[in-house]
Amino acid sequence: MKQQGLGAGHYKKKRLRKLTGLDISDHVKAFFLFTFVLIFPLFDKNPYHIDVMVTAGIFMLLALGLNVIVGSAGILNLGYAAFYAVGAYAYALINLHFKIPFWPGLLVSGFITALFGMLLAFPALRLGGDYLAIVTLGFGEITRIALNNLDRITGGPNGLLGIDHPTVQLPFYKYDFGVQSEPYYFLVFSLVAIVAFFLKRLESSRLGRAWVAIREDELAASCMGVNLGWVKLSAFGIGGFIAGIAGCVFAAKQGTVSPDSFDFVVSVMILAMIVLGGLGNVWGAILGAFVLSLLPELLRGFDIYRMLLFGIAMILMMILRPQGILGRKINLIQSKTSS
Amino acid sequence: MHGQSIFLQQIVNGLTIGMIYALIALGYTIVYGILQLINFAHGEVFMVGAYLGLLACTLLQAIPSGPVGVPLVITAVVLSMAGTAALGVVIERFAYRPLRNSSRLAPLITAIGVSFLLQNAVMLIFGPSDKSFPEILKVRNYSFGAVTLTNLQILIAFTSLLLMILLHIFIKNTATGKAMRALADDSIAANLVGVNSNRIISMAFLIGSALAGAGGVMFGMYYNTINFHDGYLIGLKAFTAAVLGGIGNVPGAMVGGLLIGILESLGAGYLSSEWKNVFAFFILILILLFRPSGLFGPRIMKKV
Repeated sequence: MKQQGLGAGHYKKKRLRKLTGLDISDHVKAFFLFTFVLIFPLFDKNPYHIDVMVTAGIFMLLALGLNVIVGSAGILNLGYAAFYAVGAYAYALINLHFKIPFWPGLLVSGFITALFGMLLAFPALRLGGDYLAIVTLGFGEITRIALNNLDRITGGPNGLLGIDHPTVQLPFYKYDFGVQSEPYYFLVFSLVAIVAFFLKRLESSRLGRAWVAIREDELAASCMGVNLGWVKLSAFGIGGFIAGIAGCVFAAKQGTVSPDSFDFVVSVMILAMIVLGGLGNVWGAILGAFVLSLLPELLRGFDIYRMLLFGIAMILMMILRPQGILGRKINLIQSKTSS
Repeated sequence: MHGQSIFLQQIVNGLTIGMIYALIALGYTIVYGILQLINFAHGEVFMVGAYLGLLACTLLQAIPSGPVGVPLVITAVVLSMAGTAALGVVIERFAYRPLRNSSRLAPLITAIGVSFLLQNAVMLIFGPSDKSFPEILKVRNYSFGAVTLTNLQILIAFTSLLLMILLHIFIKNTATGKAMRALADDSIAANLVGVNSNRIISMAFLIGSALAGAGGVMFGMYYNTINFHDGYLIGLKAFTAAVLGGIGNVPGAMVGGLLIGILESLGAGYLSSEWKNVFAFFILILILLFRPSGLFGPRIMKKV
């Protein structure tokens, strides 16, 4: 009897693994994360706290997306906020001009941003290391300045107003997300779960392994038959798609978009999130985004010294754990081979 | 004004600001050459230099029989350089040295932490609003045919060139400079022949930060106002200049800085001032696409 019971449990475990294709440890982590996300709004009714969590969720999406480019494929991107901006403005524009609602808009802005990312990847095929980093940085700045100055299309520094919030059509009732925080909370964490699941699955796929291969040694990877161009392009495409989704959610939640939300500091913060969490690690990206989104809020009690302490905290965290919270000690991006 | 004289005038203005970019770019390039580290806090060091210069000018003017005019400017520049040099060494010691053997991105994050720290420290000490520089030199214009030079422009050009020549002599002719070049070439071999890498790296930060401090004071005097946010954009442009010239290459950083200054000035004069930053980055991307390692960067063959 005892043996049978063990066998059944084993079989169940196996079935779950077959269903998701992930490790047991990932199931455990996902379980705890889900439980936390679900019970948090029950215990904390403060709308401001929920709002902070929504922002943290959007940054988790961004960190997951950038992690594909920087963490997995090892391509330093210093202009990721531009992707985020393209996603947000794409949804804002298609919504305002063509009245496309949120759900199809989510996909459309994702695809538009993916295309933008792939366009940016073309220099990546020629340049290596820090030169590429500066090109992405330049693209990021150009995008932000263009948004600021193309007044007729983007509304200039004031941005675009009156973007539709998401709605859900129930049988007799149309539910509007409006300006509350809770619906966005569940929306954004569902998206985080979906994206994290896909990225986790990608990790062990042919493409995921190809990314790691070009990160570790581009030349060796290409000798083994990895198509460098296509692999880099796909990293930028997938990273762009995720940023597009995040931007779309952001625009739909705010109802407005303006260029200040997408400056260089945002790119840098997303990068800091994935480095802090541990590069190339899906859970690390989520954790890093969570820590760095909440830290400034926790330091709010220190008033004007807040950002000063935030800077010190960043330095200390990095010095105490250079490989990131969940990172393993591996040689991530080698300088001598890439430049 | 005729078209040609506007063109020449813009070139002169661009050269002036380009000199300042070049001074800051040198700091990026020296550190990068040795450590392959993008010192993202360098822009803030420049900003701190500008504020130290402001402080020095204000204090020196308060001394009854203190220096006036050009001697005052030079004293302020020297004081600010000393301050930023110390700052650079401290940053390297506490934010970069503990991470020397970790992944390449780890020091990038501490650099961002240092940037936040410095920006907010300056904001808390000097206040968040724009600060204006006291007028030290009476503006005098000198006309040379079609172009007009101010005495301040001449002073900036002279000081920057002097500093660059001194740096060149230092790197070429002194033992420390030689050790620096050795470390940049091959750090393992340099360590084997007895180069004290910690000392040389500290020295690189000291020199780079001092140059940024000088750049900061001159920037403040040239534009008259400074703000704690200035470090970011100027630092970005100087970094662009360093990459343009081929990062790690000292003469390249000088040429890159001047080029960025001229391009930006022409872009602002002929297109519009709002797009001038786009112009600099656009040219940079174009140049990098055709010469992937910068104008004077090494042509590295990939070895199997």
